[in-house]
Amino acid sequence: MRITCPCCGSRDRREFTYYGSDDYLRRPDADAAAQAWDDYLHNRDNPAGETRDLWYHDPCGTWVKVTRDTVTHAIHACEPVAGEAG
Amino acid sequence: MVPERGDVMRYSGFRVLLEGLRGNRGWRPAWRKPDPKPAYDVVIIGGGGHGLSTAYYLAKNHGITNVAVLEKGWLGSGNIGRNTTIVRANYFLPGNSEFYSHSLKLWEKLERDLNYNVMHSQRGLINLFHSDGQRDAFARRGNAMLAQGDDAVLLDREGVRELLPYLDFDQTRFPIYGGLYHPRGGTARHDAVAWGYARAADQRGVDLIENCEVTGIDIDQGRVTGVQTSRGAIRAKKVAIVVAGRSSQVAAMAGLRLPIESHILQAFVTEGLKPCIDHVVSFGMGHFYISQSDKGGLVFGGDLDFYASYAARGNLPMVEHVMEAGMTLMPMIGRAKVLRSWGGIMDMSPDGSPIIDRSPVDGLFINCGWNYGGFKAVPASGRCLAHLMATGAPHKVAARFRLDRFATGHLLDEEGTGSQHNLH
Repeated sequence: MRITCPCCGSRDRREFTYYGSDDYLRRPDADAAAQAWDDYLHNRDNPAGETRDLWYHDPCGTWVKVTRDTVTHAIHACEPVAGEAG
Repeated sequence: MVPERGDVMRYSGFRVLLEGLRGNRGWRPAWRKPDPKPAYDVVIIGGGGHGLSTAYYLAKNHGITNVAVLEKGWLGSGNIGRNTTIVRANYFLPGNSEFYSHSLKLWEKLERDLNYNVMHSQRGLINLFHSDGQRDAFARRGNAMLAQGDDAVLLDREGVRELLPYLDFDQTRFPIYGGLYHPRGGTARHDAVAWGYARAADQRGVDLIENCEVTGIDIDQGRVTGVQTSRGAIRAKKVAIVVAGRSSQVAAMAGLRLPIESHILQAFVTEGLKPCIDHVVSFGMGHFYISQSDKGGLVFGGDLDFYASYAARGNLPMVEHVMEAGMTLMPMIGRAKVLRSWGGIMDMSPDGSPIIDRSPVDGLFINCGWNYGGFKAVPASGRCLAHLMATGAPHKVAARFRLDRFATGHLLDEEGTGSQHNLH
């Protein structure tokens, strides 16, 4: 599996650390209800098919949002997280 | 010929001898192939180890026999047939410790209970340690196991050498300081566990329905009323979702979003060799564990590939990592040819522990989150889910496997690494 780092180009999966679903980009407000925090931290759609998740490119320190298929391992898109997260 | 209910054939050594003399013409299918009835008291979604054992204990312990197990493929076609077959009770945390202890006790009488040879082999399991700090942690774990009433022996380096003389004791990266020996740990024949439970449940009247995929869960005013399947609608008073790596998809049919992320875990088998590895050996620092099957193949595995996946096959980096760890620990296996490798879809929970609980929908129950340790749990998991479904109260050894524990903070983080999806 190869992932395209926005800075470095197509790189081996071994250079990346998986963080998890892009739910992590939608952090609730500090005073949000407990349910919102539970959804943010724990509950997942966990799709069999297209998913978006976060990978960290260890050598250059770029966070990448990867759109990929969990059934075929095909990578559809790799975008930088920088500029998107609040 | 498909047997009628109650037409029970007992298996025994005498029977094998008798059938041998008669040309083996008397054997019959081990379970019926019924069509689904319009309604059941209980429908269990998932004909794997956990689903089949749930059906069996519902019938045996609670007298609930109007039960259907719905399986989208064939019985035992998921993780029960794709695992590395290890059975152990070496857990530390209250909540886990008593559950796995209970499960091991059920394993120890399972063959007599089911009248089925599951080839349970208590060959002993050794967890290696490589530093003073790890020794302390394993001593503490061993004490917890003893306090639970199970067995544990702390071995020093020479004690390990006596049992496992083939390890590389000279390697410097992870020098072997000793091991925690769990003599009652071991392995079992994974498929036979599914078949044994299936046959025993069928004999008690449970309908095992294969090639029957659930496509919807019917809910009326917050209460489950049945399921839609590829073989028609089936009404049910109670429904249990017992589908491991596919839990999120089936729960979504009931509008639920679970604390589960599905990951890939790989395993490997070599060509058959003469007996050389007599125990289950776990090399935690290298993410490597190994045992030898009764057929002679070395069965080994490592850690998750560590990204969400339903592919049922892994990628090369973890293959290399597992092979390197194996060669570091026991160079003698280097000449063995790997015959095949495969991946299973693991239902990973944030804290690494399972869920056996009601769902927010009345009458709908959930059994999932087995991470990479579901096989040894099969007897107790079914026993405890059956208890919960029959009595309405959690079994005392599974009371902490709650669905809401992530929201309330009552975590069961056995590894001590935190409660987050990418950590287990």
